[in-house]
Amino acid sequence: MGGPAPLPDLFASMLRIRRIEEAIAKRYPEGEMRCPVHFCIGQEAVPAAICAQLARTDRVFSGHRSHGHYLAKGGDLRAMLAELYGRETGCARGRGGSQHLIDLEAGFVASAPILAGTIPIAVGAALSATWRKSGSVSVVFFGDGATEEGAFHESMNFAAARRLPVLFVCENNAYSVHSAMEGRQPAGRRIADMAKAYAMASAHADGNDAAAVWNAGAIALDHVRKGNGPYLLEFDTYRWLEHCGPNPDDALGYRTPAEIDAWRRRCPIEKLRRDSVPGAAEERALEARIAAEIDAAFAAARAAPFPDPRDLGAFVHPARS
Amino acid sequence: MRLRSFAEAIREGLEQALADDPRVCVMGPGVPGPTGIFGTTRGLAERFGPERVMDMPSSEQAMTGFALGATLDGYRPVIVHMRVDFAVLAMDQMVNQVAKWHFMYGGRLRAPMVFRLIVGRGWGQGPQHSQSLQAWFAHVPGFKVAMPASPRDAKGMLVAAIRDDSPVVLVEHRWLYGITGDVPEELYETKLGEARVARPGRHATVAATSHMVIEALRAAERLAPLGIEVEVVDMRSLVPLDADTLCASVARTGHLVVADTGTIAFGAGAEIAAVATERAFAHLKKAPVRIGLPHFPSPTTPALADAFYPRAVDIERAVAGLVGLDPARLPVEEPPHGPWRDTPDPSFKGPY
Ligand SMILES: Cc1ncc(C[n+]2csc(CCOP(=O)(O)OP(=O)(O)O)c2C)c(N)n1
Repeated sequence: MGGPAPLPDLFASMLRIRRIEEAIAKRYPEGEMRCPVHFCIGQEAVPAAICAQLARTDRVFSGHRSHGHYLAKGGDLRAMLAELYGRETGCARGRGGSQHLIDLEAGFVASAPILAGTIPIAVGAALSATWRKSGSVSVVFFGDGATEEGAFHESMNFAAARRLPVLFVCENNAYSVHSAMEGRQPAGRRIADMAKAYAMASAHADGNDAAAVWNAGAIALDHVRKGNGPYLLEFDTYRWLEHCGPNPDDALGYRTPAEIDAWRRRCPIEKLRRDSVPGAAEERALEARIAAEIDAAFAAARAAPFPDPRDLGAFVHPARS
Repeated sequence: MRLRSFAEAIREGLEQALADDPRVCVMGPGVPGPTGIFGTTRGLAERFGPERVMDMPSSEQAMTGFALGATLDGYRPVIVHMRVDFAVLAMDQMVNQVAKWHFMYGGRLRAPMVFRLIVGRGWGQGPQHSQSLQAWFAHVPGFKVAMPASPRDAKGMLVAAIRDDSPVVLVEHRWLYGITGDVPEELYETKLGEARVARPGRHATVAATSHMVIEALRAAERLAPLGIEVEVVDMRSLVPLDADTLCASVARTGHLVVADTGTIAFGAGAEIAAVATERAFAHLKKAPVRIGLPHFPSPTTPALADAFYPRAVDIERAVAGLVGLDPARLPVEEPPHGPWRDTPDPSFKGPY
């Protein structure tokens, strides 16, 4: 790992995430995916370029907007869609929905919508990785809003104090639901700069530039893997759709049309296209592969059985192992 | 009749309370935002300004302390949590500070705060967005806990809570937001700690909280043609608990079903049943029956959620068991208005 960004691979990963999200958005109004869904359209570069640098044994955690992280880490698409459809074959057997994705095989440990909820858990996994000397790194993705929770600061403090192998990745899309940064966080202070107060290394980069994300991630992961302690990455990016759900929310007025427009023109996928990363023929073939994969996964999810209501009490307590 | 929705009633109550008393302020993430907490705070920031209708970072714990600190200068903050589940992050400040604030300084300080906690349900709200934890707050000495079930009470109890010098936790069920009812235009209080007989009846009492009042009224309606008159008591407050109204009803009917929106085990329903049993034991012909959630986290998939949440039919079965009605005679349950029973009405399309 490391080296120059494998842009064709990142393009493929980002495009796949985009097409999957679009397919979910298109089918969402059918009313069969009956759970809140937070789309990551527009934000694909960070999950793709960070997760591409992780080993399967590195452990990833996320929050409510987690589809990209799950998919980029190699999470099983069929199990994710089945989860959205509430089926027994879902990655959390339908119990969790979009906000509780998991694929332990792929090293995607857990996503959960309580803000900052998984941040200390990622730190704990890093702590036990050092006990086990497994060499595994924890990576936790979260938004700018989550950095306002005490658990984030307590996690940074402890991770830094113990030099734990954890990479904190903040996708700063400038809004917490409909609230802009103003009044939530000090003006002119970068989220990445908070690390300084914890004597922790950090960097800030353009989250819509896959190469920039890759490069920042490479430096950060190298630092973490060498035992130099935790690292905080902040990436600027933008959410295209409404906070929760499949539609644009331009009409709500909390974001100006000019701003939305400017960010749409900074599409991370389009950027790689402009840089001629994929050839036209390759992209067509890629599109076809992705479309086939998506169709098959939807068909499998929709054909899968629902959980049996008699199993309502399953998994409340584990069976004795 | 001045018909208003539950959500509109809350908004009106907040607006009038803000206009009535300059010390009242409302705070929480999204409170001044364009969707205004399901409409309950919409337009308030425009009228009263961003200092009195205040956005907040996602810092539930500290925000609670900020609000408590502001009470030192006489302010009367209303904190809004979009989900009860988010207030869980504030439990230290709420339980260790706010609830005991008056007591532990010998009555020198008071915490005239209101916590609006919204219970999510349906459309896959799931394990972290649908908890109904009223029993937690009721269990802690120092809080008053109210659970309005009608638009009129939503406004009146909110105003009463704002004017109360105790910290008051208002538990608002999301599925009530769309129901309509008569809401007086003026600023008024609905006294905290008074239950209400929502429907009189002779054969069995159903003491219900929040959205379960709606289910209880439905059950009463459907049992009436069978000659079974159910008395529905809307408990309205857990703390103080109106044992008098509850026990007077039990004394009339001799039977008690308790229906709460929370978990049955160690829940609010357990307290209600215990109080009725202690105080009205002589009137009870059979042991009270509790209806509520099983001792499981709430599932996301509608296939399980439909089995997880009790409904009118469960209340009907419980009443039938108490009064000795053959359950085979119970009316057949109406089909759901959609593919599942995970929405309160067809207009509810998620994703919230
Ligand atoms: C503890 C807690 N408080 C509030 C919420 C409600 N909530 C869900 S997402 C969100 C905004 C999060 O913003 P950010 O972390 O920047 O992530 P983004 O949605 O922008 O990806 C809020 C306030 C929550 N899920 N958990």
